[in-house]
Amino acid sequence: MARINLDHIRHAYGIRPSQPNDYALREVHHEWADGGAYALLGPSGCGKTTLLNIISGIVRPSEGRILFDGQDVTHLPTEQRNIAQVFQFPVVYDTMTVYDNLAFPLRNRKVPEDLVATRVKTILEMLELTDRADKKARGLTADQKQKISLGRGLVRSDVNAILFDEPLTVIDPHLKWVLRSQLKQLHRHSKFTMVYVTHDQTEALTFADKVVVMYDGQIVQIGTPAELFEKPRHTFVGYFIGSPGMNVFPVEIEGRKARVGNAAIDIGFAPKISKGQKTELGIRPEFMDISRKGMPITIRKVEDIGRQKIVRGELAGQSVSIVVKEGSEIPADPHVSFRDEGINIYADSWRVGQEA
Amino acid sequence: MLELVNVSKVQAGQVHIHPTSLALDRGSLNVLLGPTLAGKTTLLRLMAGLERPTSGSVRFDGKDVTGVPVQQRNVAMVYQQFINYPSMTVYENIASPLRVSGENADVIDREVKKVAEMMRLTPLLDRLPLSLSGGQQQRTALARAIVKKASLVLLDEPLANLDYKLREEMREELPKIFAASGSIFVYATTEPSEALLLGGNTATLHQGRVSQFGKTVSVYRNPRDLITARTFSDPPINTHTAVKDGKNFVLLEKDGGGKGKPVKISLPVPAHLATIADGPVTLGMQPHHLSLEEPYAKAPSLRVRTQVSEIAGSESFIHVLFGEKRWVILEHGVRNLDPDLDIDIYLDTRHLMAFGNDGMALAGNAG
Repeated sequence: MARINLDHIRHAYGIRPSQPNDYALREVHHEWADGGAYALLGPSGCGKTTLLNIISGIVRPSEGRILFDGQDVTHLPTEQRNIAQVFQFPVVYDTMTVYDNLAFPLRNRKVPEDLVATRVKTILEMLELTDRADKKARGLTADQKQKISLGRGLVRSDVNAILFDEPLTVIDPHLKWVLRSQLKQLHRHSKFTMVYVTHDQTEALTFADKVVVMYDGQIVQIGTPAELFEKPRHTFVGYFIGSPGMNVFPVEIEGRKARVGNAAIDIGFAPKISKGQKTELGIRPEFMDISRKGMPITIRKVEDIGRQKIVRGELAGQSVSIVVKEGSEIPADPHVSFRDEGINIYADSWRVGQEA
Repeated sequence: MLELVNVSKVQAGQVHIHPTSLALDRGSLNVLLGPTLAGKTTLLRLMAGLERPTSGSVRFDGKDVTGVPVQQRNVAMVYQQFINYPSMTVYENIASPLRVSGENADVIDREVKKVAEMMRLTPLLDRLPLSLSGGQQQRTALARAIVKKASLVLLDEPLANLDYKLREEMREELPKIFAASGSIFVYATTEPSEALLLGGNTATLHQGRVSQFGKTVSVYRNPRDLITARTFSDPPINTHTAVKDGKNFVLLEKDGGGKGKPVKISLPVPAHLATIADGPVTLGMQPHHLSLEEPYAKAPSLRVRTQVSEIAGSESFIHVLFGEKRWVILEHGVRNLDPDLDIDIYLDTRHLMAFGNDGMALAGNAG
């Protein structure tokens, strides 16, 4: 297992990049801990696959270095980086048995057969495939084949890191539950360094200790699921994490007050804003209360989605979503208030902290 | 109105659809909800006339259309894969069904622009489909289905290939678009949350049978049987066997490894289940009716052991073991509990469901 250093990495697919927009990946400079579970999360085109390919060695970065445990591997090809990879679609030898498929990466490295047996047995149990060990892979469903791909990624105990590229895309929703949990448990037991690329928030937040949110070629936040939910560093994180995403209102900041439409909200601190910066207030739908007090709101629609209701409306001339409990009533003359702990202030889309 | 009257489909001795009757009103949105291979696509194809039923009949506005091929019916379909004409602009893609039906240029221009506005495609009308994002490509396919003013629009998991933020936005928009068009919409999905977001009516499908059909929220809250409750719950609904004994449900909690003695736990029978007969039942609890905090004073609590916690952005799913039974608790916010902790959880019995030996719901399930 290895610590991964991304040392001032930038990447452009075109030649002679000159401005930030030419880079598929703008400057990335981070250290990822040995044994950590990291998820790269973002919409398509955000640069997450480029970054994964730089770690695996499929892509050589235009600038910067990549180090495993302090050793520079920037110029090493994939096969010399000692990593395991699991891809979106199953990579399985149809004519081999399930057992032999799982044993393949070990036998390839001349691991003694008794050790192969122990490792394969562990993986088979974990993936609940023990009763199919002697079956040929050919007859298996796509789900089961992808489980074998996962197993092949996990079977070696000497790799620097395991990289997952959208591994659950082809899995049926009902089975996704099971595999997401199993992957998480697996990381707890194995302590492998794992990097997991996905555009699915549930997969990322469930799997990772640290989620790396990417947007427009840069990392906008690395944080725990709670940090991403409670203190999104960038308005994009607020929008992308959570369903529905964070509401963002343009505001004017006057000392400790934020002006939303006609209302002035006490935000408890005086954010430092530079002249000319665009200022916004972000608040998640879960931190807003509908009652007869507060700012008047126009309600367009109440969606009863079973476990809760989503109220869609207009506040200070802007669309807003508010989450209320199952069974709660909306008053005839609805007003809305913000809970203090849910308020974040943004200047040019970046969160302004509450520095003393 | 589209009616299926005892429609069935048997192929090579295998029953794909058991005799099914459904009546779908004009202007309605109808969700077919069920896991992969439940029969959703077959049912859509039977409605479209792409398949001939083995028995039964299909009627449209009272007229028997069984066996009338799809080309002679006014049907539009949208699939999971984004299907557009790659060499035509978005404008020409949307215009194509109108050109086929021989509309004049003014009508075509007006209709294409109207639908493009509704689908937020106006700035993209001159682009080619492959230069667009997945969401824009699928909106183009939807626009083509809607501009046709088909009396029946069938959508087979149309959002499955989009990322979740786009799905979220489309789910909010689609009901508005459907309501504006007046066609009959039938929308197949594997995801219960999608059915709930779309609203309208839902038919739950399980192994080729429609287990229930009605208003989406009421099917969700008042499932007729355990199969419907399970089909309509993601994560799976929590269940446990119990015995009703007067004013109490008695649950037997078995020890995981078979060690130790089983523990008897009594739950007070809530008012809405007071009239059901004493004897064995299966209790059902939606994940959001289990909680880490007391939902109301003196709500009954149970001791469980934590497994993994899954975090879905603004909600968390906490997997626990009650005895050897796996349950899931849904909580707001990020709740990342360590595994293997013994904790007390609370049960909101006002929403407890009870099912008999035959799987049918007992008395008034309050959902």
